[in-house]
Amino acid sequence: MKITLQVWRQANANDEGRFETYHQGGVNEEMSFLEMLDVLNESLINEGKEPVAFESDCREGICGACGMVISGSPHGPKKAITTCQLHMRSFSDGEEIWLEPWRAKAFPVVKDLVVDRSSLDRIVESGGFISVRTGSAPDANAIAVPKSNADRAFDAAACIGCGACVAACPNASAMLFTSAKVAHLGLLPQGQPERFSRAVSMVATMDQQGFGYCTNHGACQTACPKEISIDLIAMLNRDLAIGALSGA
Amino acid sequence: MQLDSKIPEGPIQDKWDKHRFDMKLVNPANKRKHTVIVVGSGLAGASAAATMGELGYEVKCFCFQDSPRRAHSIAAQGGINAAKNYQNDGDSIYRLFYDTVKGGDFRSREANVYRLAQVSVEIIDQCAAQGVPFAREYGGQLGNRSFGGAQVSRTFYARGQTGQQLLLGAYQALAKQIGEGKVEMFTRTEMLDLVLVDGQAKGVVVRNLVTGDVTSHSADAVVLATGGYSNVFYLSTNAKGCNVTAAWRAHRRGALMANPCYTQIHPTCIPQSGDYQSKLTLMSESLRNDGRIWVPQEPGDSRVAGSIPETERDYYLERIYPSFGNLAPRDVSSRRAKEAVDMGKGVGPQANGVYLDFKDAIGRLGQDTIAERYGNLFDMYQQITGENPYQVPMRIYPAPHYTMGGLWVDYNLESTIPGLFVVGEANFSDHGANRLGASALMQGLADGYFVLPYTIGNYLATQKDGAPSADSSEFKEVEREVNEKTQKLLNVDGKRTAEWFHRELGKIVWDKCGMARNEAGLNQALEEIRNLRGEFWKDVRVPGSGKDFNQTLEHAGRVADFLEFAELMCEDALQRDESCGGHFREEHQVDGEAKRNDEDFAYVAAWEFKGVGEKPELHKENLEFENVHLAVRSYK
Ligand SMILES: Cc1cc2nc3c(=O)[nH]c(=O)nc-3n(C[C@H](O)[C@H](O)[C@H](O)COP(=O)(O)OP(=O)(O)OC[C@H]3O[C@@H](n4cnc5c(N)ncnc54)[C@H](O)[C@@H]3O)c2cc1C
Ligand code: SF4
Ligand code: FES
Repeated sequence: MKITLQVWRQANANDEGRFETYHQGGVNEEMSFLEMLDVLNESLINEGKEPVAFESDCREGICGACGMVISGSPHGPKKAITTCQLHMRSFSDGEEIWLEPWRAKAFPVVKDLVVDRSSLDRIVESGGFISVRTGSAPDANAIAVPKSNADRAFDAAACIGCGACVAACPNASAMLFTSAKVAHLGLLPQGQPERFSRAVSMVATMDQQGFGYCTNHGACQTACPKEISIDLIAMLNRDLAIGALSGA
Repeated sequence: MQLDSKIPEGPIQDKWDKHRFDMKLVNPANKRKHTVIVVGSGLAGASAAATMGELGYEVKCFCFQDSPRRAHSIAAQGGINAAKNYQNDGDSIYRLFYDTVKGGDFRSREANVYRLAQVSVEIIDQCAAQGVPFAREYGGQLGNRSFGGAQVSRTFYARGQTGQQLLLGAYQALAKQIGEGKVEMFTRTEMLDLVLVDGQAKGVVVRNLVTGDVTSHSADAVVLATGGYSNVFYLSTNAKGCNVTAAWRAHRRGALMANPCYTQIHPTCIPQSGDYQSKLTLMSESLRNDGRIWVPQEPGDSRVAGSIPETERDYYLERIYPSFGNLAPRDVSSRRAKEAVDMGKGVGPQANGVYLDFKDAIGRLGQDTIAERYGNLFDMYQQITGENPYQVPMRIYPAPHYTMGGLWVDYNLESTIPGLFVVGEANFSDHGANRLGASALMQGLADGYFVLPYTIGNYLATQKDGAPSADSSEFKEVEREVNEKTQKLLNVDGKRTAEWFHRELGKIVWDKCGMARNEAGLNQALEEIRNLRGEFWKDVRVPGSGKDFNQTLEHAGRVADFLEFAELMCEDALQRDESCGGHFREEHQVDGEAKRNDEDFAYVAAWEFKGVGEKPELHKENLEFENVHLAVRSYK
């Protein structure tokens, strides 16, 4: 198959950036989307041009490194997968595909389709953990956790920190990401002592890092490759309110 | 050079306790005067950095990804072993120790393995307390499964994402220390060389991958937690960024590299679909609990699976290994799959796979049960291949997955360079010639949480002068060399991409130093690698500059190191004139099974660098088996 790519090219954070057009032949349906870009990059290098910068590492949907807005949708047209899990069989011959980086104030562009998402790490550093010194833990079976809670905690913990929720949100809010961590830890007995202060401090950091507020659009949930539910945002808001009241 | 493994005296059960008591301690008030560099933020690196930060050391941690949470450990699926005996099925520290030594085909160091089994118990406690959402039973207790052919259920898991959840636990512990200012984190920063001052490891030279700046960091000690080298094969189950650079640079500076030929080829991966293929995807081994492996009996049979009658199928693992069947160990299953494909019985469009068939299991248990057990894996398979594994059998083929070899370390996890410690997959320590499923996560966390933070104290207690200045001549000289290499890569301006060279290298080592090896092939590989390396430095093309974000340059640097490392891997495979674990020398087999030679080869091969293209020098650490009786590993 043949496709036309309109790719956002931007040399660095200060560059203005622009779309460039590439006509890509020899595309095979079995290829992954990123393999198609690899092939494009090989030919750009062979032509003496700079390849398109994009990120990936595991290429199986778990590390959260990859991600771009594909014809308007973060991670592309298919539900519940990452960019690296997308295959060319999801596109049709002759299609024109637009590629852009995540766009958000808190995610400055590094180059082309690569952005700086370290603001998400800052949020975790301000409270997204359970404080337990190495070697001080009780026997693992000393704390029983009802299976349903463990399962719900797992669903929340499945977040891969890719930032698609931020890219999808009209306010560029990181509420879905933050709520996933707050819910994961808050659903477990081990997470109770820091539960409310965690919520308060992670949300404060989210604001400081330049993410917007949540106005319940729900676009984040649609874009999320791990199907993190916006119900978790409601849980976060509840913990936040209790935290604020109790001065946590 | 005399290798001293520093194994403590005394009965094996008491060695670690005794050693912990004998080691020197760093006074709490002095800990903040010591700086430790940790390169890597996977399970081993993140757990080590977090724990040392918590103890009060000044820690600097580096990774090349944009966040420490993305280290390759995130991708581990199946689980983590621990001798908890929560299932009351007869497990014990001794049994886990025994299974690991036997599984490693008697090529690992007993004392290290015993300690690993001992601390495994604490790992689960630690992770559960951090909030790792392990699988639970209805009563709220932790669930277990049997994994990789173990006869007890000692594997803890978090659905098919155990590595992710364990790494997030370690990452969060690390994030806490970063937030508190005890660990300084450098992301998108690649270590390009190690710096020695008076023969001791005292720092690293790194490149900021966004700005291209090359700078030095000094410390009292350096820890490498940089993972394995499976990507020497180009196609592997590892993440695209995994590489040997940090370990190889340390090797060039004097750290011995042990058993590089011990690589693990995982039997259940999705076969390659074309030349553009960028990596291979693992399908969890747990699938072998319910799937049956088969190929058509006749070579060249191109009928679709459903039209091949039962009588014309060969369920070869069940036939050859009646007691283990489809659960035969990884190395054995991989070799048998290769044999079938080599005989022309391969299936799929490229005839490069074998079937893993769930038809019987679905018939017996129902599709819902199978979906509950493996739903996410089936979806992943369908996403990649476009085929529905509930209706047609999966196609699988072995792929490079894990590397048992690595930098040589003693019982303290210290390399042959004083002050350089190596943890996780990057060292050679615990798995001998073959690693058992669910044991890599255990080893990474054992090293990082429970072993290194003690043993490094014993070294730091002797380092009274503090870290040297990163402006000293030793650092400046290494910086100059690093810049020179970068410039050299950019200057070649040839006609072929680094990607092309990497693929070519992969083909050579996969063919001749992969699942089966022989003398003639290895000699030929050595020659081909040297030629390819020569061509690389004449003909590689790296666009752009060294002064900004340049992914092609990063990759080219890693390929350059793989081109040197591959030669050592083949040299080691040639020297080891026996078959053991993942190292199968065709010259040494009985009925197609690996034939070990304990008389001549019960040693660790530790290589000393003598220059690029020069013959490396072999040093041997003899292995003593005082607790586990040397025996033929039989799975029939
Ligand atoms: C698909 C897959 C599934 C697996 N499943 C299991 C399983 O179920 N159970 C099990 O026990 N094991 C499993 N393994 C093996 C296991 O995941 C790995 O062996 C283990 O996670 C390695 O951890 P590590 O901390 O040593 O290294 P890694 O997690 O590879 O981390 C390496 C770190 O080093 C950094 N780094 C490397 N080089 C440099 C450099 N030059 N400069 C700066 N930073 C650098 C990287 O950024 C990264 O942070 C699996 C492996 C794969 C590939
Ligand atoms: S919540 Fe979903 S979209 Fe947002 S970072 Fe996590 S996985 Fe990505
Ligand atoms: S590359 Fe890891 S999630 Fe896509």
